Amino acid sequence: MLTLNQIKQQIESKLSNSTVEILDPRKDGVHLKAVVTCKDFEGKGLVEQHQMVYATVKDLINSGELHALGIETKTK
Amino acid sequence: MNDELKQKIEKLITDNKVFLFMKGDPDMPQCGFSSQVVFVLNQLGADIKHFNILLDDEMRQGIKDFSNWPTLPQLFINGKFVGGCDITLQMHESGELKKLLEE
Repeated sequence: MLTLNQIKQQIESKLSNSTVEILDPRKDGVHLKAVVTCKDFEGKGLVEQHQMVYATVKDLINSGELHALGIETKTK
Repeated sequence: MNDELKQKIEKLITDNKVFLFMKGDPDMPQCGFSSQVVFVLNQLGADIKHFNILLDDEMRQGIKDFSNWPTLPQLFINGKFVGGCDITLQMHESGELKKLLEE
């Protein structure tokens, strides 16, 4: 089963200048949330910021390993 | 994604001010995230037109390619992709969603 740390590593490795915190608000290991702070978000709309994060975990979502990922983005 | 599907999506989102690709129907959502978006839109009195992607696998994949967004629900207002559940809720809190609906 995918660990929170694996997701954190994957996002941080694929999204430069980012620090990531993975939360499991419902404690079910399935409906996870990523709080991503990244300088490169500056000047970009919410949709684009979220697409940058989704791009890093697209494989996990398509394989179904990652059912749902809530996203919160910050610039600093 | 074939052109026919692309044109079908474009028609749906331009013909309707508020269009929601979701799991289930507004009065019977089949997913927590879809129902949250419906709830917020109802609070703002939006006239929701929707497509239940559980009934059409081709659309279910096609819409993800169309908007380059891997999950559902997907909300469109005035023909433009607004976002999924998170962004819709965030915009509701900031009042941006209401403004968008009044445009």
